[in-house]
Amino acid sequence: MNAQTTVRSGVIATLAGLIFAAGLALGGMMDPRKVQGFLDFGGITSGRWDPSLAFVMGGALLVSLLTFARIRTRETSWLGTPIKLPNRRDIDIRLVGGAALFGVGWGLSGYCPGPAVASLLIGGIDIVCFIGAMAAGMLLARYWMRRGDAHEEATE
Amino acid sequence: MHPYLLSFIGGLLVGTAVWLLLMGLGRVAGVSGIMAAAIDNPRSSAWRFAFLGGLIGGGLLFARAFNIAAVTVTSTPWLIVAGLLVGFGTVVSGGCTSGHGVCGLGRRSARSLVATVTFMVFGAVTVAVVRAIQ
Repeated sequence: MNAQTTVRSGVIATLAGLIFAAGLALGGMMDPRKVQGFLDFGGITSGRWDPSLAFVMGGALLVSLLTFARIRTRETSWLGTPIKLPNRRDIDIRLVGGAALFGVGWGLSGYCPGPAVASLLIGGIDIVCFIGAMAAGMLLARYWMRRGDAHEEATE
Repeated sequence: MHPYLLSFIGGLLVGTAVWLLLMGLGRVAGVSGIMAAAIDNPRSSAWRFAFLGGLIGGGLLFARAFNIAAVTVTSTPWLIVAGLLVGFGTVVSGGCTSGHGVCGLGRRSARSLVATVTFMVFGAVTVAVVRAIQ
């Protein structure tokens, strides 16, 4: 990448991060109580269930479906860089086991990576601890996966 | 405005960010993958740090704008345990709520559907256990 492309990609990525944060904030997803309130399916019958997360996911998925349906006809991005899509199709123990561990952590804290990162400067020491632990978990996982077999990396 | 409508509009914005990063850079907006690659390989991650910077700065800006106060739902030690599980689990399974849940389902990927159903189910079971103990 030349310098101009690097600057442009930085501007686009920053803007994408800002819009992402605006969506999370507006959608109520920076409040872990709302996330736990959604995962509390026992609350459907008692009336305390909070479906907000489903509305956020629905809105995001609508745009995402349209975007990925149209991206198939393109080979490069606006900046001329190749469009990199995950290409794995296998369903293995790492996919399911990793998602299960993530689900437990998500349920315990009400934080998934996006809202956690967006809360870094508003959450005080607690969220700093969470993000630090999350970073450690990520590095540990990448180290562990590199040590194991030459499993193709397809992190999203 | 009805809170569910606000949530839906928030979702449309998240989708717009996915669209922008994909059309602009050709990259998938999965926060766990972006963060893991950025901290593991910082030298070739300029755009990743730019995205994370926008997310962090935007979080501060819009939390102020919409009057969002920081709350945590559990104690610091449990938050650390949860953080480790979220970090390790998302990297091993190759995505989180954004990577699998929004982008992966948007690509109609069977892998992402399996991952999304799995983390939703385990999240729900965990909340049920926590509520039962409390």
